[in-house]
Amino acid sequence: MSKFQFPESIKSRPVYGTLEPRGDVAYLLVADAEGAEAIYDLATAGAHVARNAHIIYLPNETGDKYTGMLQALNPAQLYIGPSYEAALSRIQRVLSNARMGLQVCLSGTEGLMGKALIEVSAAGIPHSAVQFEHSGSVARRMQCVHCKGITENVSTDPFVCSHCGLNLFVRDHYSRRLAAFQGVCIDAEDPGNVPDPVELYS
Amino acid sequence: MSIQFNKETFRDDYSFHNSERAIKRFPFPFHEDSYMYAVNMEQHQGGPKDSVYEMRFDVDEHYVAEMQDRAQVLADDPLRCQSLPHMTLAGWDLLELIMVSKSEDYPEFFELQRDGLYWRWINKPLGIDDSFTFLDESTLPYGPMEYICRQTQGDFCVLDQRDEMLWMDAGMVTTQADWSLDFDIGMNFFEWHAPVPLAHEMGIFKRALKFLLNIQQGTPARRLNWTMTVNPLLDTSPENYHKWGIQKTSLTPENIGGKQFLRVELQTFFRLPRSNALVFPIRCYLIAFEDIVSVPKWGRRLHRVIRDLPVELATYKGFIDNRPMMLDYLSEYDDGLPTSPGVWPELDTEPSLQAV
Repeated sequence: MSKFQFPESIKSRPVYGTLEPRGDVAYLLVADAEGAEAIYDLATAGAHVARNAHIIYLPNETGDKYTGMLQALNPAQLYIGPSYEAALSRIQRVLSNARMGLQVCLSGTEGLMGKALIEVSAAGIPHSAVQFEHSGSVARRMQCVHCKGITENVSTDPFVCSHCGLNLFVRDHYSRRLAAFQGVCIDAEDPGNVPDPVELYS
Repeated sequence: MSIQFNKETFRDDYSFHNSERAIKRFPFPFHEDSYMYAVNMEQHQGGPKDSVYEMRFDVDEHYVAEMQDRAQVLADDPLRCQSLPHMTLAGWDLLELIMVSKSEDYPEFFELQRDGLYWRWINKPLGIDDSFTFLDESTLPYGPMEYICRQTQGDFCVLDQRDEMLWMDAGMVTTQADWSLDFDIGMNFFEWHAPVPLAHEMGIFKRALKFLLNIQQGTPARRLNWTMTVNPLLDTSPENYHKWGIQKTSLTPENIGGKQFLRVELQTFFRLPRSNALVFPIRCYLIAFEDIVSVPKWGRRLHRVIRDLPVELATYKGFIDNRPMMLDYLSEYDDGLPTSPGVWPELDTEPSLQAV
């Protein structure tokens, strides 16, 4: 699958690379949906990765499309879960036991990578030591700057805040702490004048 | 010097007003007839008598009303004041800096008694008399940063310094030019400035960061920044933009003189002794167009600056739609005469307005 190339943007907007094998150490791999492909490529590039890997995988709308591929890697531990919320306590538990040198690799949607990074950071691992690879949907996790509610999987600009109902435009300004981009009211100066939603990056 | 504190509001009926004294000491930000970004830093070691630069933390006629407005903003949205867990010591540093500075600079208003760690703080304008133990949070009604910032004009960003970088890890932000502390807290210097156009490409932030990382104890620095606000609204937050944004459309040629305000930020930078954090107070001064043009030099200059400002900056500062109306108004106060260099009003030497 060809990877989406995000256009150059402002400095708070995250950029993503390609997962690379590092030492023969423990790996924590958290991925959703098409992010499984990044794990597969990583394990193929480094034969030592799978036997050291705890994979936490959330197929979401891809169902079982990639699950067999991950099982075939024969990783040390493989968890396939129904949602991020369901996997959260497991991620926290794994991180609580992490030893110096653990390699954390996050792949898939920006929302998944961002949320997992919150847990990784809380465990004391700096974001600069974490590897990221984006794949799949370019939908965004958005914070409404007005009501503070988070709307997941926003794929159009503008969009309607799922909490307060304001029409928000999608900024590239990004908060790692919130794992969210910022949404700001689009019709504050001209109430009701809301442009038709356009698919992100279309 | 005594100050009469105004009874005024920064919302609803907007009864905010500047006295003659406040107009003359207004920190007009343009030293020449044009404006572009610059790392316009200078030492913050006092300034001309009675200017806003004279004291470390300027206290003016708006003090009491501003603190009342801040309390209202915080009651409505406590997220305007946040401090990440490692920033508490920096909060004590800040409390000490402000209490010492204000009690020395304004002894008629503020009094600090210290007996080891046992401190007594008296703030006469706000009617506060608190005894507490320095470095013991349980002895204050709020955390140290929040406690002292509820008594000090201006927003406060408390920046942690590590990895040759500054991090926005604490702050009290209720009078901001449209940025969200809640969103930006935890970001580094380049990230929280990410939305600013042009300045990154000009290398402004790299140079500014280098300067700020090297600020030492006892040698604070300052600079001015500016934007435009319709109505004397302190809380131009993104949080409330859906409520106040509409006010930008309320300007008319008849009301613009009293309703359009130049908003100037006096930004200062102090190194804090125990935490090695950098505190970055952002003090907001507001002045109506009709009061600016009462100073002939400022009227001439503001017209030229606004007229020639790049579109990107007028857009970022949020007044691109109102710029034509602003220019119609300001052009009446620009007779084409040259202006003297520097920011001061020069009321005695600049010619009065000639027929336009």
